[in-house]
Parts: sequence; structure tokens; C-alpha cells
Amino acid sequence: MIAAGTRAPDFSLPSHQGKQVSLADFRGRKVVLVFYPLDFSPVCADQLSVYQEVLPQIEEQGADLVGISVDSSWAHRAFREKLGITIPLLSDFEPKGAVIRSYGAYLDEVGHANRSLVLVDPDGVVSWVHESPTPLEIPGANLIFDALSLVD
Amino acid sequence: MERALAASDLARWGFMATLSSVSQLTSHPLPPVGPDDHVRGEGPEAIVYLDLACPRCALAWTRIRRLPLRLALRHFPIGSKHPRAPALHAAAEAAGLQGEAAFWGLVDSIYRDQGRIDDPHLWERAESLGLDLERFNRERRSELVVERVRRDFESGVRAGVAGTPAAFIAGQAVGEEISEGLRALTLR
Repeated sequence: MIAAGTRAPDFSLPSHQGKQVSLADFRGRKVVLVFYPLDFSPVCADQLSVYQEVLPQIEEQGADLVGISVDSSWAHRAFREKLGITIPLLSDFEPKGAVIRSYGAYLDEVGHANRSLVLVDPDGVVSWVHESPTPLEIPGANLIFDALSLVD
Repeated sequence: MERALAASDLARWGFMATLSSVSQLTSHPLPPVGPDDHVRGEGPEAIVYLDLACPRCALAWTRIRRLPLRLALRHFPIGSKHPRAPALHAAAEAAGLQGEAAFWGLVDSIYRDQGRIDDPHLWERAESLGLDLERFNRERRSELVVERVRRDFESGVRAGVAGTPAAFIAGQAVGEEISEGLRALTLR
């Protein structure tokens, strides 16, 4: 997993809308990257639903939050509609998982991301990371707020 | 003509400002069961965070509701996933304002039949519990009730609840399937 204090690898990935989104787009704001295994799996659904409930408070802290998985833009679109979430989802589909790998969050044995959170500061530097011991373990939103409270 | 500000407007804005300025969701230990909690039963104590519109919670509820536990139920509505959840939790809380038995009666009723959760169904359920319907309807939309539900939700978030159903025994999250974890507690 990428270490805090290092420069966050830049990326440009298609969103659920098919528009390219780059890390540089968030420069000047904090951004929480939520790497998660797969759209439509029950545990992922819980995680993003709970984050959605506290999204206004995350934004109040001057931060954006985006989800990243190996699913396609089309799957992301359907997943967002099913969950009723507004969190942008980015597709690390081709080459599969390349961005997730660059953050050290890819699980080769299963072919998707481990459940990981990365907070990137307004200058593009990784200021905090959290990697779940297993993909089944969901990091609570409290951890995001703990991290945000430590970054200006 | 512009309407003069009513005291209720000011109260609401003040309340909203309070909510956003003190909204602090950093980690915090689970609050112990207090006088504000909805508690039922006798036995070892457990706290559950449930979403009244969550099918997995409804299933867990069929297994845990009769366990010999002192069970505190806290609100954890996930409105994005279950659009009716906030209304159901507000309804349960409003029922509780007319007696603790009504709170549990409405919770049991909602979990027994998750297919009928629109407002007319809530009125039917409230009537069958003998509630003052006009009061129930007024109070389930009140700020007091919304804030009470939100308080539970935020305490859960701060304690790391990241999905429902969730349970805690002696302040520690139950990692396994919660009805099994709670059943094991009753066998200790």
C-alpha cells in the first residue's frame, strides 16, 4: 500500500458518466479515494451507502470522495442508481486495475482492489491511508473524519 | 407580502446551524445505554443499530427479538439505500413519545411486514397500536424526532458502524452474524 507522505500517483479514469476524471482535478481540495472490490457485492453496497449518508459532512470539511473499482462505467452507472448514491465512481477497467496497483491496493489473487482508503491533501500528497485486513471488513466513516481532522 | 419570521423558523434554522457546526463524526466510543435509549427485556445487555427498511435487519430481528436480553435498539437509517428508512425511524420514535410499548410495537410491526411501509400503512399500524393518530403524524415530522434519530445514527457512525444490522456487547462490535453473536451471549 502506498505510504503517507508520498506524492499520490496521478490518474485519469472514466467516471460513471464516461467522462475522464484526473487526480489533478481535485488539486486545491482534499480528496478521499475509496478503493473497493466490486460493484453490487453486498459489503461494498453497505460501505458506499453509509459514506453517502455522511457525504455532506465530508464536503463540509473541504473534501471530495470518489469510489474506484475495476468495474466498467456502465456497471458503475447501474450500481449508483441501485444504491441511490451521488458519490462519483471511477472505472479502473482497462488496463485492469492499473491505478489501483499504482496505489498498492490491488489483490492479484482475486483480481480486484482490497478495501482501502487514501486521503490526498490539496497539494496532491498522500496524507493518510487505511487498508482493511480483509475485503470483508468495512472501514467506518469515522476513520475518514479522524483523518480529515488531521489535515488542514 | 413577505411573511414575518416565525419563532419556529428561527428555531429550525438555529437547530440546523447547530447540526452542521457540531457535526463531528470522528471516532468515539459507543455511548453506554442511557435513559434516552429504547430498551426492552431482561438479561445480558446488548446494543443493536438497525435500519427499519433493511431486509437483513428484519431477518435478524425474527431471531433476536425473543432472546433473553436487555436489548437497546438504536436508529441507523440508510436513506440512500432505503428511501423509506428515515420515515420509518421517525415514525417509531414518534410512537415512542406515546409510550415505550408503542415504540416496540411499531418496530415489531414494521419488521413483520416490510411490504407495507408507506404513510397510509403507518397510519394503520399506529391506529392498531391505539395511538393518537393526529399527534403521531405531527410528531413524526418534528425536529425533535429527526434530531433524536440522527443522534443515534451519528453515535453509530462514530463507533464504526458501517452497515446494518450491527450489534455491540460490552462496547465491542459483534463481528459474526449478529443473531448468532447475541444468542451466544444468552448462553454464557
